[in-house]
Amino acid sequence: MTRVGWIRLVVIVAAIAALELACRAGFINPKVVIPPSEMASALVPLLASGQINDDIARTLGVVTLAAVLSVVFGFALGLLIHALPRVREALDPYFATYYAVPVFIFYPVMIAIFGFSPWPIVLIGFATAVVAMIIATLNGLDRVPRVLTKVARVHRLGTLATSLKLKLPAAAPYLFTGIKLSVSYAFVSVIAAEFILSSAGLGREIADAYNDFNNRRMYALILLLLVIASVVNSALHAWDIRWAKRRGITTA
Amino acid sequence: MAAADAAHASLSGVTRVFPGTAGHPPVHALGPIDFELKRGEFFAVVGPSGCGKSTLLELIAGLQRPTEGTVAFEGRPVSGEVPDGIGVVFQEDASFPWLTVYDNAAFGVRQNGVAAEEVRRRVDDALAFMGLKDFARAYPAQLSGGMRQRVCIARTLVLQPHLILLDEPFGALDAQTRLLMGDEVLRLWRRTGATVLLITHALDEAAMLSDRIGAMSARPGRFMDIIETGWPRERDSTIVSEAAFGDITGRLWENLRGESLKSLGISDRAVE
Repeated sequence: MTRVGWIRLVVIVAAIAALELACRAGFINPKVVIPPSEMASALVPLLASGQINDDIARTLGVVTLAAVLSVVFGFALGLLIHALPRVREALDPYFATYYAVPVFIFYPVMIAIFGFSPWPIVLIGFATAVVAMIIATLNGLDRVPRVLTKVARVHRLGTLATSLKLKLPAAAPYLFTGIKLSVSYAFVSVIAAEFILSSAGLGREIADAYNDFNNRRMYALILLLLVIASVVNSALHAWDIRWAKRRGITTA
Repeated sequence: MAAADAAHASLSGVTRVFPGTAGHPPVHALGPIDFELKRGEFFAVVGPSGCGKSTLLELIAGLQRPTEGTVAFEGRPVSGEVPDGIGVVFQEDASFPWLTVYDNAAFGVRQNGVAAEEVRRRVDDALAFMGLKDFARAYPAQLSGGMRQRVCIARTLVLQPHLILLDEPFGALDAQTRLLMGDEVLRLWRRTGATVLLITHALDEAAMLSDRIGAMSARPGRFMDIIETGWPRERDSTIVSEAAFGDITGRLWENLRGESLKSLGISDRAVE
């Protein structure tokens, strides 16, 4: 492991140890926060019991669907908007202020249209994540060196071949940033939407445990979500670093 | 052979005017130019910054269309598409960072539907010729600037062009590497028998490499003087120590000094 990796690990371990000590020593009321070791010991039997398997599958399925839709449509819309400079000029202020609007305010409309199905949650995840992908695509395409367009013409590549064989891979590092953001935004918004919109899923389970004053179950589920989110993001980050290193654009 | 057949590429009455944009008038960048590139020669173009050297190259390559006049390559008009048989190496690093050196070199020829065995033969040959054989599996980020430029030259070589257009390919390299790259290009020129057009701002590079050198005026660029160097085909960077080399660079500078000042907006008198 690199020195930076060790520092990263030490920070996490120290934070967990500090929380553990603070809870055990009574600096934090155990009725409010339980020690991390108890969260873990509550999570293991919960997972082993299979009680939350359906919720895990549902939440991950909805997050995956929202993230995939965001990436695919975000990339396609980014390509289209990049090819239409006037449309882009008109839309730029909306993109710049998009995240000032809480997408959740539309949840009553979503329920009115789609009912209590997973679709309102997928759409909220999608609506939160898609603009990050559009912006990343525009950003990436802006940074494709002009000389590559000339190289494409020297090799007599058509518009589609130029996009797929040169522009897409040239813009890939920025697109990957968009993918990482889309996955994170989809994850956060889906969990939050499950709190208020859903009858199932990990977000709903956490809300129910909270309402029942079942701290052990609530913190076990929060820990599970933290682990899932960390694993997914770490995997994407590792893939990104590995790819970027090969292209000589990493600083890590 | 008739004189017209000897011209590998030709420009007649070519001008290039870039249309005005909001608040800015049109820019007359080049011409009118009448010029013939002889088959198999090494021709360099020098001139002050902004005189239209790269525009001239892009017109010959078919990357731009002339505002007036005609461009022809191997007797056929060039009209907005790069003809078969022309290879271009640009000043900027145009290697593809996501591909290995081997795949970079093979990129163009794979687009042309050449059989895999032939692709392998041509790429191996080009990489060996450019001294990149041991780096075939490396990525451009693992190479120096000079080596990345050699990758781009290898990608062009694999296409077996009859006319190689070099747009300041050594502009970003240090002086010593440029001299050595010059030797590489001379070796390439002799081996392929291709016609080479080199755009450069370096008078010594032009004097060392070329059979003929065209000195261009400040914008709108026109040829003010075309100098025959008289170098033998078998030559390398050691000719920089010959007396004739100093004479050629001296004549080029005599032509270009006033034009360079003009392009900077400074009068001769102000300098004196």
